[in-house]
Order: sequence, then C-alpha cells, then structure tokens
Amino acid sequence: MKHIISLLMENEAGGLSRVAGLFSARGYNIESLTVAPTEDPTLSRMTLVTSGSDEVIEQIIKQLNKLVDVVKVLDLNEGRHIERELMLVKVKATGAYRDEMKSMADIFRGRIIDVADGTFTIELTGSSSKLDAFLETVDKTAILETVRTGSSGIGRGDRILKV
Amino acid sequence: MELTGAEIVIHCLAEEGVKFVFGYPGGAVLNIYDEIFKQDKFQHILVRHEQAAVHAADAYARATGQVGVALVTSGPGATNAVTGIATAYMDSIPLVVISGQVPTPAIGMDAFQEVDMVGITRPCVKHNFLVKDVRELATTIKKAFYIASSGRPGPVVVDIPKDVTAHLTTYEYPKSVHLRSYNPVVKGHSGQIKKALKLLLEAKRPMIYAGGGVVLGDAAGQLVKLARKLGYPVTNTLMGLGGYPASDKQFVGMLGMHGTYEANMSMQECDVLLAVGARFDDRVIGNPDHFTSTPRTIIHVDIDPSSISKRVKVDVPIVGNLVDVLTEMNKLLEEGGKPDANALKAWWSQIDGWRSKLCLDYITSDTVIKPQAVIQELWRATKGDAFVTSDVGQHQMWAAQYYGFDKPRRWLNSGGLGTMGVGLPYAMGAQFAFPDAQVACVTGEGSIQMNIQELSTCKQFELPIKIILLNNRYLGMVRQWQEFFYNNRYAESYVEALPDFVKLAEAYGHVGMKIEKPGDVEGAMKEAFGPGLKNRLVFMDFITDQSENVFPMIPNGKGLSEMILAEEL
Ligand SMILES: Cc1ncc(C[n+]2csc(CCOP(=O)(O)OP(=O)(O)O)c2C)c(N)n1
Repeated sequence: MKHIISLLMENEAGGLSRVAGLFSARGYNIESLTVAPTEDPTLSRMTLVTSGSDEVIEQIIKQLNKLVDVVKVLDLNEGRHIERELMLVKVKATGAYRDEMKSMADIFRGRIIDVADGTFTIELTGSSSKLDAFLETVDKTAILETVRTGSSGIGRGDRILKV
Repeated sequence: MELTGAEIVIHCLAEEGVKFVFGYPGGAVLNIYDEIFKQDKFQHILVRHEQAAVHAADAYARATGQVGVALVTSGPGATNAVTGIATAYMDSIPLVVISGQVPTPAIGMDAFQEVDMVGITRPCVKHNFLVKDVRELATTIKKAFYIASSGRPGPVVVDIPKDVTAHLTTYEYPKSVHLRSYNPVVKGHSGQIKKALKLLLEAKRPMIYAGGGVVLGDAAGQLVKLARKLGYPVTNTLMGLGGYPASDKQFVGMLGMHGTYEANMSMQECDVLLAVGARFDDRVIGNPDHFTSTPRTIIHVDIDPSSISKRVKVDVPIVGNLVDVLTEMNKLLEEGGKPDANALKAWWSQIDGWRSKLCLDYITSDTVIKPQAVIQELWRATKGDAFVTSDVGQHQMWAAQYYGFDKPRRWLNSGGLGTMGVGLPYAMGAQFAFPDAQVACVTGEGSIQMNIQELSTCKQFELPIKIILLNNRYLGMVRQWQEFFYNNRYAESYVEALPDFVKLAEAYGHVGMKIEKPGDVEGAMKEAFGPGLKNRLVFMDFITDQSENVFPMIPNGKGLSEMILAEEL
C-alpha cells in the first residue's frame, strides 16, 4: 500500500543523501521525495511517498528514526491527512485543442499560467491521483512536457509534526 | 585558550580518556601528527596498513568496551580504512575514525588525495561528519564519541580538512552534548517486561537465545543470573560467545549455520523464545519461513528497535538497554513465580537426546593433524582464558565450536561482515588493551596473508601474540562449499605458492614453528605459551588435514533442523 511519510531532520549538508541512500541501500521503493527548510531554518521537512507491506513500512519508519539527523518521523497514513502535489504541464493548444485544454484545465481547477502560439502551460495542484487522472483524461499526443513536484503532506486538525 | 585544530584534536582525545590511537600519517593529517609528536597523553600505534589500524581500534573496543580510535590520512588512507569501518559497523562496535581531508577550498576540485569520505562511508557508519569550521571541531568530536558509544554502538567518522587543523579558535571541550534528533532508548517498557516474564514462566519448552548485544551491552552477568534462576537452556550466536559460560550445563552451544545439533533443534522446537541482543540473521536461523513454520512465542529484547521484527515477526518486543531490562526481569522473578518443573524436565530430556548425538565429535587421527584438535589443545594450553581472535573461514568456525568461551569480550571475530584479514590486527588491539593477557590469533593461510604486514607492527611494539595457523593449503570454507554444492569443482580455492611461514616469521623478527604431526601439537603449544617464549610473537604453522569440513552445517537457504551432520556423510 502507498504511504506518505513526513519527517523533520536537521537542516545540514548531506541530510537528503542519508535518506535517499537508506532507501536505495535497503531496496525500499521511493515514488517521490520532496524537501525544503521549515519556518525554523535549522530544520528540513521531507515528504516521502513509498509503498510496501505493513512490515516493510514499519522497517522504513524504524530505519528513518535510526538516522542520527532525523528528529521526527510520521506516517501520515496512520491518521487523517491532506496530500498535495503541484504539476506544470505543457500541452498543445492549436485548433480544437485550444478550447479542449481550456475546459480540461477548468474541470480540474487548474490555471493556465503561460499562453503561447501553439501551447498552454497549465498549473494543477491536488493529490497525485488527481494529477494522474488529468494526464489520463487529456489526449496523450497533446502532452508536450510535464513537471511534478512529488507529494507534500500534512495531518488534518491537531495532528501536528513539530519539534 | 586559542588552539589550532590539530591541537584541539589532541586535547579532545585526551579528554575522552583515549589511551591508544591506531593510525598512519599522510599529507592531510600532518598537522595532527605534529601535535601527536609533542604530546604524551596517548600512545600512537603506527600500523602498516590503514585497514589494520581500524581493525586494531575495533578490537580494542571489543576487548575493553571503550571507544576505539583510528587516524588516517585523506584519499587512499581513507579508502583503506573503509573495510575496517564496515566491519565494525556490521558488529556494532564503537569507534571514532578521524580522517584527514584536503583543505576546504580544494574540496570538489579533484585535488590530490581527495575522496568524498563522508559519501563513501555513509552506508557503513552510524554517523559521520565533515568539519568545515574549526569552531565546530571540539563539539563534533564530543558528539562522535557520544554517538559511537551510546544506544546501539557503531563507528563514527570525523573527516577534517587540512586547513581546519591549522585554524585557530578558542578551545573548550563540552562536558556533554545533547542532540534533539538522537535520543537512544534506555529503559525497557515495564508492562512488556512483566508480560515477557509471565510468558517465560508458562513455557513448556523455553529457550534463551543470546547474541552479541549481551557482550556489547555488558549484560552477561544479568543474563547468567536470569538463566540460572529459570534453569532454561541457553544458546549463543557467534557474536555472543562468552556471553553465557560455555562450561555451564545449561549451555547448549552456539547455534546457526555451524551451530550444534542441540542448539539448533531447541531453537526450532521451543515454544517460548527469549531473544536478547540478537537479530535472527540469515546465518543464525537460516530460512525464516522454515523457522516460522513451527509456531512459538517470541520475546525480543534489543536496544535497536529496527532489529525487532525485521526478519521474524516478534510477539513481545522490548526496546531497551539489556542490563536494565534483564535486571528488572531478575527483580520480578525474585518477587515470585516459578517455571513449570515437570515440563522443563521433559524438555531437558528431549534436549539431552539431541545432545547425545555428540555432533562435535570428529574422527581423530595420529597421522594427520585435525584442526579441531589444535583448538582443543589451545584451550588446554591457555586454560580457556585467552583472548582468541580469528579470521574468516573454517578455522573461525572451529575456534568458535571448540574453544569454550566462559567470559565475554574474549572472542573477537568479524561475524557480520566476515572480513578475512581481521585476525592479526584484532590480536594487536586486544594485546595493547591487555598487555599481560594471552592473546591467540586463529587463522588460515588465506586470511593471514590479507594483513600479514602487521607482523612488522607486532615487532615494533613487541607484542607477544601467538598465531595459530590452521594451514590446510585451501581457502577451506570456499573449498567446503565447492565440495558440497559444486560437485568438487575447486575453482581457485587452492592456495598455491605459499610462503615458508617459519622463515617469514623469522624475517619479521619473530619465532616460527612448523608442526606437522599430531603427536607434536601439545608440545609445541606448551612451548609457545610457556615461559621461554612469553614475550615473543610465535607463529605456529600447523599443517592440518586438507579435507576436513565444518560440521554441523545448515546449507544456505535451509532451515535450522535441516543440518548436515558429520556422521551422515
Ligand atoms: C576479504 C574477504 N574476501 C573473501 C572472503 C570469502 N571467504 C570466506 S572464507 C574464505 C576462505 C578463507 O580461507 P583461509 O583463510 O585459508 O581459512 P580456512 O577456511 O581454510 O580455514 C573466503 C575466501 C571473505 N570472507 N573475506
């Protein structure tokens, strides 16, 4: 099953490679990984999307906790949470495509952020599956380029990951 | 007080009470070596290869429980240290390895002798640091010692660029460090401990399985107390040997791939298993599916949560310091509760049945030296009280099987990584730690040649190590696998062009002996360990039976009860 794991770690050189190295060394799969400093600049927040059996996820959490630089780890799937990903997608916008892409962007609550002669660039946010759905819905041959940030996640209500 | 980075390194090591630094100089660490020259706080041991420096520091830690320290230069010095670091990592040995680095402005420029030490060692250290600012040096070294020795111990690398060793800063050694991201658990959960003891007392076929954690955590005393009070059978892993006295009647021997029949069978057939400081690894339980096909309740005590339920699902996990957890169990047990005496009696009679197979018996000979007999003779000559190091291979297993270790920290070998070449540097580390103790290195003619250059270090420091070479002219363990699983195709496992080890030992300034007849083993051993050669390194080349195999053996991927016994062939 897919899990979204959030962690806080010391914002020090090499932190990212410790986490990435752990996943490759132990053969855990990693769908996406995002990282940026938090409001406290000494801390980085990372969101990892991975999948595996319950046993594997348990090991992943334990191994992450074992990294000396990691301050806190939370499996967001253990409670209510929100997941968001940002995607920029450049699509063909010639002829009939122009209207179609405009309405697809509207349906998915995207925004067209760049308009050129033959192309639109659409900005979309949502869960990864919503972004997947967009890509599946539009005509494949019309997709010129996609960039995705990978998921970020946060707990709902008073589920707070903080030091 | 303003000090240079190099001076700070010396001060910090002195503050940590370091007595020996095993190392090898080079450009990037010359400032540090210059300060070593000027100080008398600790002794620097010049090895002949950086790998040996790390192994010796590792052995010092294994034998004493204190953090071992090694110092190497950048680039090749650092990469030579990597095998040593990985070896220590796999066996959870507390180590601080200081490596030189090119000056900070040169980092990333492919400078002479530059290597990304932090990157290279990341997967085989507990933690590592690159110190870019001299103001962080003292705190970093303090953290390194703290991290290496607390929780589940392990090696920590501190990489110091050369310019940092020259920079000045005010020096103050922190009394303690706090890391918000690192808080190893110490106390086990009382509720879980109670539950565990209840399960143990209800057991019909109980078993205690104790690993290297018992030795590293100095928990042998509490383990023995608990086991004796309960009267339950105890087995040790390769790393745990000495954690429970081998001469005790409750000891059923080592378990695992080359464990005893009785240990492996009891492990498979028990209904309640207490695992302490062990990790159910592949060399211990073989195939995990086979192991779990027999139902049993497992209680697992370990300092590292990630060791619990990693390969085998555990019923009662207890994360904590072994001494504390076992002490609490002992206290609870004193308050009341008794094992089921009838069930225990029946269980012991079943175990005695397995014991009566005498699985470690071997066919003796008066024409060719049996390697097992050499180990037994070593035990007699040292009264079972020596520090015994080994390399990796058949000789390692024979040493583990036939030298009954009664005390912890006496058996030093590379269990996790299985590094050939550790034997001699391990013996050095142990001998430096205990100059008056008897130290024996059991080795093979393959392994000893992987760090043979250290005979020179041994001469420089007059280390009276006794090298017990079980010379079968084969990479024996490889040959054994080829005999069993590759239809006797001995690909590259015959060791050709062996040196004359007697002359070699003499060339290094030591005493060499070649022993070819079974009748000479006892006399030679007595002579080597006798008063005449007390202060000398003696290299004993025992020409042993070439075709001897290690039994019992669980073939790779098989289960604990699927052992091959000597008698079956
Ligand atoms: C550095 C290293 N290389 C290779 C191996 C694989 N290996 C394991 S045992 C063994 C043979 C060891 O031969 P020897 O030292 O002569 O001991 P014996 O088995 O004959 O007692 C080898 C090559 C290893 N463990 N370590």
